[in-house]
Amino acid sequence: MDAIAVISIFVLAVFVGFEVVSKVSSTLHTPLMSGANAIHGVILVGAIIVADAANTNLELGLSVAAIILSTINVVGGFVVTDRMLEMFKPKKGGEQK
Amino acid sequence: MKDLIFSLIGLTAGVLFILALKGLSHPKTARRGNLLGALGATVAIILVFFELEKIENLGWIIGSIAFGLAVGVPAARKVQMTNMPQLVALFNGVGGGAAALVAIVEYLKHSEDMTVAFLIFTVFTVIVGCVSFSGSIVTFLKLQELMTTRPVVFPGGRFVIAATLASVLGVSVWVVQDTGTNPLLILAGLSLLFGILFVLPVGGADVPIVISLLNAFTGLTVAASGYVLDSTLLIIAGTLVGASGTILTRLMAEAMGRSLFGTLFGAFTAKPQAAAAADEERPVKSGSPEDVAILLNYARRVVIVPGFGLAVAQAQHTVREMADLLISKGIDVAYGIHPVAGRMPGHMNVLLAEANVPYEQLAEMDEVNPTFGQTDVAIVIGANDVVNPAAETTPGCPIYGMPILKVSDSANIIFLKRSMRPGFAGIENELLYDPKTTLLFGDAKASLTKVVSALKGL
Repeated sequence: MDAIAVISIFVLAVFVGFEVVSKVSSTLHTPLMSGANAIHGVILVGAIIVADAANTNLELGLSVAAIILSTINVVGGFVVTDRMLEMFKPKKGGEQK
Repeated sequence: MKDLIFSLIGLTAGVLFILALKGLSHPKTARRGNLLGALGATVAIILVFFELEKIENLGWIIGSIAFGLAVGVPAARKVQMTNMPQLVALFNGVGGGAAALVAIVEYLKHSEDMTVAFLIFTVFTVIVGCVSFSGSIVTFLKLQELMTTRPVVFPGGRFVIAATLASVLGVSVWVVQDTGTNPLLILAGLSLLFGILFVLPVGGADVPIVISLLNAFTGLTVAASGYVLDSTLLIIAGTLVGASGTILTRLMAEAMGRSLFGTLFGAFTAKPQAAAAADEERPVKSGSPEDVAILLNYARRVVIVPGFGLAVAQAQHTVREMADLLISKGIDVAYGIHPVAGRMPGHMNVLLAEANVPYEQLAEMDEVNPTFGQTDVAIVIGANDVVNPAAETTPGCPIYGMPILKVSDSANIIFLKRSMRPGFAGIENELLYDPKTTLLFGDAKASLTKVVSALKGL
């Protein structure tokens, strides 16, 4: 990938990241942090790529560890966020803000 | 053609992540947002299997994913609401660790023919990933109370931290020039050490801010590894988390009246604190559940201030039972929710929502503070730091400047506490010695159950 493309993607993603969460009530700080936490678990994709290309036992061992850790991150992250949010579901007569 | 389709699918996953963060910012769409994020991750992971070049390691890959699932899912399912914050810290830490490992493997394979730019990004990922990993483990230990929750500051600490940081930077230059294995391992070790030293001086209410900050760090490492692995999706996902995590950290710091800078560089500015004047016997007024019931029964307005003690005791259902009983007696009841009550912002809202407390009874700090003057009884359940007037009156104490719930304005204050032990931040609370304060010692749930039965008898 050429440098300009990478920098463009990076800068645009920074602005999108800033924009989407700029007005969030403190009630949602924890679930939002937890959800973002789960999203960076997609490093699993990177872990799979390096595991696939691993040639030595050391490389394979480290990649296997990376896959395990990132799977825990991504799956656990989304499940725990869902459990937090489950409790925010609208109730009869209750108005969500 | 195949590449184009893969790129477009990857882009779809990136868009799903943006929609996920967008959705998570509003209560109505939050749950859907999270599911969109999970969908995005699933798409990205399925996609990568179509891009694999070798097949021989496939068994290892699938086996490791299965193992990770077997660990992660039950942990996330079974954790009690009380322990949620430390689990999030732990998940964040393992993510950072994974990013660092990916970068290390990539380095072992290609360090000889990496360009300087690649080496710099690899070094960045290893440093920040390791800091995020060890730092998150320390926050986990703090929140789980496996170690002291107070700031850990030792003499000369800031010089040790500065020296560690300087060596991290020095070794980084060495790694880029030498491209050997040993320098990188030394760098990883030093970064792990720096992560520990960075988080140790952080105490009490600042811990959630640090978790959020480390979360943003991990996001940036993922973006950097995306560059190294030539994966646009990882760059997008990682940058999104890094940017939104930074904003979120700032919002959280603002909600708690802290400067982000102060929290960030707390490690460098923290001074060893004089030990609190201990062993001082001062009179406190403790009451029986019946006394508390009578106070509540004849009140016109009651504000319930929940804190971590409520979460520990799992007393959210009992507190709701008490509130319903009071409402049925015609008493005006509100819950005063401090943004950082508990161990994380929003912790109390989640807990009370679990007990089906109507949303309109939950009042945020700015709404409820002006009403304490007309409140007959403020009942503080397992909270301490969030009502501690020291935040307003004692410059230099760790929570100084944090907005508090002004329960001291109400006519009577009831504290339900396990003991006289100070709160998470480790600061004495003057309010406990106030003549209008009544203390009811014991587990919050047990105490509330007794109060409820006493109320029924009145």
